[in-house]
Amino acid sequence: MEPTAGSGDPADAAGATASVVTLHVNGVARTLAVDHRTTLLDALRERLSVTGPKKGCDHGQCGACTVLVDGRRMLACLLPAVAWDGARVLTAEGLSEGGRLHPVQAAFVARDALQCGYCTPGQVCSAVGVLSEAAEGHPSLATPAGPARTGGGLPPPVRLTPEEIRERMSGNLCRCGAYAQIVAAVGDVAP
Amino acid sequence: MRPHGYVRARSVADALAVHAAHPGARYLAGGTNLVDLMKLGVARPTVLIDVRRLPLDRVEETAGGGLLVGATVRNSDLAAHPLVRSRYPALSQSLLSGASGQLRNAATTGGNLLQRTRCGYFQDVSKPCNKREPGSGCPAVEGSHRELAVLGHSPHCVATHPSDMAVALTALDASVHLRGVSGTRALPVSEFHRLPGDRPELDTRLRPGELVVGVELPPVPPGARCAYRKVRDRASCAFALVSVAARLAVENGRIVHAALAFGGLAHRPWRAWTAEERLVGAPATGASFARAAEAELEAAEPLRDNAFKVRLAGDLAVQVLGTLAGEGA
Repeated sequence: MEPTAGSGDPADAAGATASVVTLHVNGVARTLAVDHRTTLLDALRERLSVTGPKKGCDHGQCGACTVLVDGRRMLACLLPAVAWDGARVLTAEGLSEGGRLHPVQAAFVARDALQCGYCTPGQVCSAVGVLSEAAEGHPSLATPAGPARTGGGLPPPVRLTPEEIRERMSGNLCRCGAYAQIVAAVGDVAP
Repeated sequence: MRPHGYVRARSVADALAVHAAHPGARYLAGGTNLVDLMKLGVARPTVLIDVRRLPLDRVEETAGGGLLVGATVRNSDLAAHPLVRSRYPALSQSLLSGASGQLRNAATTGGNLLQRTRCGYFQDVSKPCNKREPGSGCPAVEGSHRELAVLGHSPHCVATHPSDMAVALTALDASVHLRGVSGTRALPVSEFHRLPGDRPELDTRLRPGELVVGVELPPVPPGARCAYRKVRDRASCAFALVSVAARLAVENGRIVHAALAFGGLAHRPWRAWTAEERLVGAPATGASFARAAEAELEAAEPLRDNAFKVRLAGDLAVQVLGTLAGEGA
């Protein structure tokens, strides 16, 4: 069946099984036709040769496929590519600027926060997401109940203690067990 | 996964109309459970109707002093909302107890309510399951059921509801706002999910094609404080063995308001009406909390391998209520 635009006329689109989407991957617009069954992870790896995000469990349980979608960390294995037409997707490949590693990547290297490295691109993207979530004052289950903010203005940033980092990074598994160094690396970059 | 159509809904009415024309369609929001179930072959929609970009992503105060939460508000945003954190901390804590940071950034309020049981037999299409294939049987009754129900189950299904958020909403007297082709209605969250009975394929009282458009939280009763606590096999990123959402108001040492709900024990969040009746008017002491929890859990019918949940649920309820009473003193 011919691909149709994802936002095409509902009556027609319901019959098509593929659509044309544009994904802005690491700053580059990539337009491609995707079967509706294609996840963002498979679109990146198999169609666009962006292989930083890894397929670990493919069921949303391991975090190896973590990417930043419109600035927020998500699991690419559970996102239908067609539903994210127009999204800005940042993978580990897109974190460095001007040939210099992102501070999170540099901290992982400095702390030797990996062994086999398979989970690392997901760990790094997740950590970048953690830093911005904490900066925006998003709580975790490890965040103590603070004074209620009822007025306007931005909430205060959350200080990333080791306990906070462990809780916030708990969606990224590392079968080599580099957790202690991962917590240290994220802590190095936290303000 | 079988090939399927995809429609991005332009409005709620548009979504309802497409669903009416395609009975095999499913609404898609964050997709964190539905996409997984499609990969597993458990869900086989003919068309996905994407409702994620509908303007249902706001949290607004109601005229009566409550909160109206849109169905597509993300779990992480709801947990971080200042009014949720200050007035309904149990809701924030329940959301932050669920899944991982990545999943909470995609998962929505409506989708969280509609997520399906993580019973291993339900998720394995090579096994019988009355919820997935009505009439095929329930291997969990005699099989692997340590995580499954101790209350309200039937010979047809012993599954538990996996949501943390729904447990908090149940204790907080929230209601679900629904839109269908025949109009709008609201149901208390405590009545939205069903017990399995002989129709375990039905998780909720949602009518075919009906769309969850929001959740309403009523104002907080005077002097009431609430909390959510979850017990699981590991410290994070796991479903509840048992969880408790509770709200308590104490005046002069007596309980004047009590709301209690359990997660991980039944096919739906378990509102502990019997315990609440015992609590209101009683002194706010550990002995009162223990008697109330015991009265509620008398109805438990544990399976071979999950009797531990009954004691755990009682102890957890006593601990959470005790903490709330201490804070209120």
